[in-house]
Amino acid sequence: MTSNTTDVTHPAAGPPPVGSEIDYEKFLSCVHCGLCTAACPTYLETGDENNSPRGRIYLMRSVVDGRQQLSPKVASHLDLCLDCRACETACPSGVQYGRLIEPFRASQRQAAAKAGKPANTDWFHRFILYGLFPFASRMRWALAPMKLLQQLGLDRLLDSLGLTRLLPERLQRMQRLLPRLVPGGPALPEFLPAIGPKRARVALFTGCVADAVFRHTHWASARVLQHNGCDVIIPREQACCGAIHYHSGADRPALDLARTNASVFDAAEVDAVIVNVAGCGAMLKDYGHIAHELEPQNRHLHERLNRFAGKMKDISEFLGQLGIIPPTGKIPLRAVYQDACHLNHAQKIREQPRDLLAQIPGLEVIPIAEADICCGAAGS
Amino acid sequence: MTTATASLPLQMPAPFLDGLRLILGEAGLLADPDELLVYECDGFTIAKNAPDVVVFPTTTEQVAAIVKLCNQYQIPFVPRGAGTSLAGGCLPVGGGVMITLTRMRKIVEVNLRDRYAIVEPGVVNVHLTNHLKGTGYHYAPDPSSQGACTIGGNFATNSGGPHTLKYGVTVNHVLGAEMVMPDGAIVEIGGPVEDSPGYDLTGLFVGHEGTFGICTKVIVRLTRDPAAYRTMLGVFNSVQDATQTISNIIGAGIVPAALELMDQGIIEALEAAFHFGFPLDAAAVLLIEVDGLEVAVDEEARKIIDICRETGAREVRSANTAKERLLLWKCRKQAFGAIGRLSPSYCTQDGVVPRTKLPEILDFITAVGERHGLRIVNVFHAGDGNIHPILLFDERNAEQVKRVLIASDEILNKCIDLGGSVTGEHGIGVEKINFMSKLFAPHDLAVMAKVRAAFNTGQLCSPQKMLPTAGACGMEHIERKAPGRHAAM
Repeated sequence: MTSNTTDVTHPAAGPPPVGSEIDYEKFLSCVHCGLCTAACPTYLETGDENNSPRGRIYLMRSVVDGRQQLSPKVASHLDLCLDCRACETACPSGVQYGRLIEPFRASQRQAAAKAGKPANTDWFHRFILYGLFPFASRMRWALAPMKLLQQLGLDRLLDSLGLTRLLPERLQRMQRLLPRLVPGGPALPEFLPAIGPKRARVALFTGCVADAVFRHTHWASARVLQHNGCDVIIPREQACCGAIHYHSGADRPALDLARTNASVFDAAEVDAVIVNVAGCGAMLKDYGHIAHELEPQNRHLHERLNRFAGKMKDISEFLGQLGIIPPTGKIPLRAVYQDACHLNHAQKIREQPRDLLAQIPGLEVIPIAEADICCGAAGS
Repeated sequence: MTTATASLPLQMPAPFLDGLRLILGEAGLLADPDELLVYECDGFTIAKNAPDVVVFPTTTEQVAAIVKLCNQYQIPFVPRGAGTSLAGGCLPVGGGVMITLTRMRKIVEVNLRDRYAIVEPGVVNVHLTNHLKGTGYHYAPDPSSQGACTIGGNFATNSGGPHTLKYGVTVNHVLGAEMVMPDGAIVEIGGPVEDSPGYDLTGLFVGHEGTFGICTKVIVRLTRDPAAYRTMLGVFNSVQDATQTISNIIGAGIVPAALELMDQGIIEALEAAFHFGFPLDAAAVLLIEVDGLEVAVDEEARKIIDICRETGAREVRSANTAKERLLLWKCRKQAFGAIGRLSPSYCTQDGVVPRTKLPEILDFITAVGERHGLRIVNVFHAGDGNIHPILLFDERNAEQVKRVLIASDEILNKCIDLGGSVTGEHGIGVEKINFMSKLFAPHDLAVMAKVRAAFNTGQLCSPQKMLPTAGACGMEHIERKAPGRHAAM
């Protein structure tokens, strides 16, 4: 029986264990109380502590400590993490779980690349994840045939004939997850003026996949901002937030995108940069930390990205602070609100969207159980 | 137990593992050492020992079959819920099978008219509360870990919580249980109907810490939600005044729903974490809650405010909205985590003294801190004399760690001297097994051993827990190098 919690026995030879470059203090901040467990969707589902935040921190730490290898079994438990960050909301000690698992995954992929088994250079990563998704215009072209198929109802026909099964497994899954594509309208102009007395000057982050699939939401966001007295700037040169890259271990391209966005939005000279996608928002607000993690010596970059991150506001957060002009149009519906993990847990924005909905005349929002538990999509 | 025997893994006979697979299926167990490591400890991280197999039964019958198989092959077994326990209660001393009950999490029945619910042991405490929301009833025991800990674990450790002062601990809220006994027999004790004749086995089994078998269902009492609350914060310039106030409130015949003390160190940490607006120069604050009928709570609240003022409170604040009340409680329940922001490591002790001795023990704790050059802060269930001094340290400073261990022991010994005990709610587990012989005379311990032997004849079910065995056992052979880094009570 070991009786010391701090045994650190690094293997004498060979490369340092995966995750060694992570600030060890971050592991120590977990006091192993277990209060996070019931907040974790994968633990709730499996009841296995290897699939809990406390367990995963223990596994990562044991790999860093050299107590055990990063075996396929250990890796599978880490892979299963949905990155919903519900554990951070539950943790009384302020453990930054996301800042443990994300760099650990990056380290894992770098180690694999060094060992000649790079995980993110296959066709899917190169052409789809990094070559297509981060570019709204390419996405729109790529989705055009799907949109046509959906409109003609042919996608269901192809499905029922089993023809979609000819696609590679990953594309099949993506096809199944694809939402109904609705006309998004034309591209947003670079400037939309405030309606009524001017209260603020903001920029709108439109992103990549969102601009291709949910452009109508961007239009709606811009309209609400305009009606609340905001000049809205939509810089053309803005880029993908980089979350796709960062979460799959391609951290350098992520940092390049961060640089691009910071300079584009800095030039716009706005009071706030508005984002309406939870995952993008969480990433954009984390730019400062990512710079610090990847280029610890570059203080200038760190400060610049931190400043940019400080301007990022989720639309509900921004409107809550600004105080909205209550809408007058009635929506006589009963509805429920399911928290987006990266809004609720990563950005700690919980009440603001509910407060906004409460101001819509006629709309009745009913509380539901487990509104704060991940839907399982893990941002896909 | 010795270090030598514990470090040798038990050889799991292949037919035994096959038998487990037959009962549970491949997905129902873990046997790869890579996946057993996380099960080597609970919230008590000093003592560690990984089990040899972890099983996830989903039915009572599976639990019974596992236990019978363990008996057949003479393999020890120990139950585990969420593993939030703070005294090593789920440590698999000597290895063996860990019966994890987290997949048995159905709320089987809720009967509001008869005021009971039947739940499986893996149901998370707060999930039952959430399930009952809107019915006008709740499950009263609310340990600070209620967001994660299981009802089965509460049953096994007789958990408390801030509201135990008025409502009682787990034993007051359990009507019965279904148990798989150490020999694999399925037994029902108590039941939803009050006052069943015969021995009160339910009372005996609550707090058994796994030594009487594996609990597979719990029948819990449901409590009517109070119609009204008044939550107050008394601010004091001295800890003495605050503890005197506690005595006076109880002495005046008022039983608040909760009565919690937080001292200056905690206030500082909480303010950093939650920005509630606590006065940073106060020596102590009392969080006081009364509940009951709307017409009664104002009267009680007024009396309490008067008592606070008489004993020198410089200010008494009231939580005016439900939101303010929730924030106050969040501050209290996450106090330990907040401390984690100030100090790299900390160790929380759990002791009990008679309420009237609170001023004395707090003075003693201050003196111990000064003598050993340690910072000790306090947050605790003042109403029932259950103290939780938190010793701050850095686990990388071995010399300081040693002082923390000595100081902890001195405080617990003082609790015994003052007529109290060494655990209010965390249990004995393996952590405090050495104190048992200080707390009880040999005859008393012998009676307890006989009771255990009546239900648990072999050495297989939760071995070396709770009661010291003659000669070597429990923690005596473990050289303690680090105090526990407990987080939540």
